[in-house]
Amino acid sequence: MSDISVKAQTVVPDAKKVTAGEKKVKHGRKQSIRATISNIIMCGPMTIWSVLFILIPVVMLVFMSFMTKGLLGKIVYKFTLVNYTDIFKPVYFNVVKESLIIALWTTLLTVLLGYPLGMVMSKLKKKTTGVITILMMLPLWVSGLVILYSFVIMLNNSGTINSFLMNIGLIKKPLQLLYNNFSVTIGMVYMFLPFAVLPMYSSIEKLDPSLIEASKDLGANPVTTFFKVTLPLTSPGIFAGVILTFIPCIGYYMVTDMLGGGTSMLVGNLIYRQFTISRNWPFGAALSVVLSLIILLMVVIYTKLGGDLDDLAS
Amino acid sequence: MPKKKKKGHGWKIAGNIYLVIMLILLYAPVAVMIRYSFNNSRANVTWQGFTTKYYAELFQDSNLWDIFFTTLLIAIIVTVIGTVIGTMGAVGLSKAKFPGKKLITNSIYFPIVIPEIVLAVAMLLMFNGAGVQLGIPTIVIGNVTLVLPYVYITVKARLVGMDPSTEEASMDLGADRFYTFTHITMPEIMPGIIAGAFMSFSLVLDELIITSFLTDAETVTLPIKVYSMIKKGISPEINALTTIVFLAAMLLVVMYLVVTELIDKRKQRLAV
Repeated sequence: MSDISVKAQTVVPDAKKVTAGEKKVKHGRKQSIRATISNIIMCGPMTIWSVLFILIPVVMLVFMSFMTKGLLGKIVYKFTLVNYTDIFKPVYFNVVKESLIIALWTTLLTVLLGYPLGMVMSKLKKKTTGVITILMMLPLWVSGLVILYSFVIMLNNSGTINSFLMNIGLIKKPLQLLYNNFSVTIGMVYMFLPFAVLPMYSSIEKLDPSLIEASKDLGANPVTTFFKVTLPLTSPGIFAGVILTFIPCIGYYMVTDMLGGGTSMLVGNLIYRQFTISRNWPFGAALSVVLSLIILLMVVIYTKLGGDLDDLAS
Repeated sequence: MPKKKKKGHGWKIAGNIYLVIMLILLYAPVAVMIRYSFNNSRANVTWQGFTTKYYAELFQDSNLWDIFFTTLLIAIIVTVIGTVIGTMGAVGLSKAKFPGKKLITNSIYFPIVIPEIVLAVAMLLMFNGAGVQLGIPTIVIGNVTLVLPYVYITVKARLVGMDPSTEEASMDLGADRFYTFTHITMPEIMPGIIAGAFMSFSLVLDELIITSFLTDAETVTLPIKVYSMIKKGISPEINALTTIVFLAAMLLVVMYLVVTELIDKRKQRLAV
C-alpha cells in the first residue's frame, strides 16, 4: 500500500518535470545559439590570449631548454640535456643554493614579522585595517625600485645607520651592512612584507573566535591555544604568504643588483645574464624551467593543504 | 575577571605598538627617499647639503617627462585592455562549458604562480620565434598577460557572491544578454573590476622585469631608467619625481577616504 502511494507520488512530479523540460528544450534551441555566440564573445579574447601568450610561450620555453647553444648566441636546433646537467656545475649550483638560502631567510623573516601584524590588524576595526593596508602598500605602488634605493643610502659605510651608531659611540669602524646577503634579504623583506601580510590577515580574520574560546574553556593556556588551534587553522594563509614571498624573491634580480652589488647572485640574475651578457638562451630557458618546477611543486602542496590560488592575488 | 581583562588590554597595547613600529620601519625608506630629493649630489649616496635645484631641473628635463608619460601611457593602455578582457573572461568562463576549459582556466593562473622573469623569458622566446619586432606593442602584450589573472580573480570573486536568479529574472522579463550584462551583471561586479583595474595600473607602473625583456632600445619606461642608474647612483631628480608622485598618490588616498566617509555618513543619516 505505502509502496504504491510512494510510487504514485514520485511519478507525478516526474511527469511534470518532463513536460517542463521539453518546453525548455524547444524554447531553448533558439536561445542556445545565442548563448553560444555570447559565450564565444565573452570567453574568446581571454582564451585566445591564454593560448597565444601563456601556453605557447611556455611550450617554447621548454622546447628551447633542450636546444644546443651555437656560436655568438646563435641557437642550434639539436636536442641536448647539457643545459640541465650544466645547472649542477659548481659555479651555477652555488647560485641556486645561495638563492634558495636567501629566499628561505626572506620568507622566514617575512612570515615572522607579518603574521603578528596580521593578528594585530584582525583585532582592529575593518575601516582602520583598510587604511593601514593602503598605507602599507602605497610606497610599493608608487615605486618600489626608487624607494629600495634608500637602503643604499641608509646602509652604506657612511650612511644613516653607520653614522648614527658611530655618533653614539657604539662602534668605531663602520659596519659592512651593504652589498652582502644581509642587505639583499632586508630589501626583499621590505618588498614582499606588505603583500604577504594580506592573506595571513584574512585567514586570521576569518577564524571563528568560538574555537579559541572553546580551547580556553577546555583548559588550554594561550600558548597551547595558539599552537594547537590558531596556527593550524590559519596555515593556508601562512602558506599563501610564503608563496607570495618565495616566488618573486628568486626572480627579483634588481634587488640583488642594487643591494648585493655584484657579490651575491640569485637564479634571477643568472637567467637575466643568459639573455643579456652571456647570450645563452637555451641555458637561460633550462634555468627558468627548473625554477618554475620548484615553485609549481610548492603551489601544488599549497592547494593540497586546502589553499586557494585566488588568495594569491589578494 | 578584572585581572584577565587587564592582561588582554596589555596585549592589545603591545600589538598596537608593534603595528606603529612596523609602519615607521616601512616608511623610513620613504622618508629617506624624500629627504634625498633635496640632496646636493648627483650620485646621491651621501648627504651633501640641502638644495631644491633638482626639482627645478626635473621640470625642465623634457627627456624624463617623456619617459614618465610613456610609462603612464603604457600603464593606462594595459589597464584598459587587461580589465576588459579579464572581466569578459571571468564572466564568460563562469558559465561556458567547452573542451579544454580546464586548461585555459589553469593557464590563467600561470603569470602569478611562476616568477615574472620566467614569464618574461617565455614571451621573449615566443616573440622572437614569431619574428615580432620588440617595442611598445610587445611591452603592452607582456604586461597585459601579467595583470590578466589579477583582474580575472577579483572579478570572479564578485561573481561567486552574486545571485544568478537576478540575471535570469532580467532575461525572463525580456531583456537581451547585452542589456542584462550591462545593467545587471556589471553593476554587481563593479567593485571587483575597479579593484582589478587599480591593481593592474599600480603593477604596470612599477614593472621592470617583463618590460626590460620585451622592450627595444628606444622605448624607456621609468623603472628601466631607474634600473639603468643603479650602478652610478640614482639622481635626486628621480627622487624628486617619485616624491611628487608619492604625494599625489597620498592625496588621492586621503580624498578617497574622505569621500567614502562622507557617503557613509550620508547613508546613515538617510537610513535614520
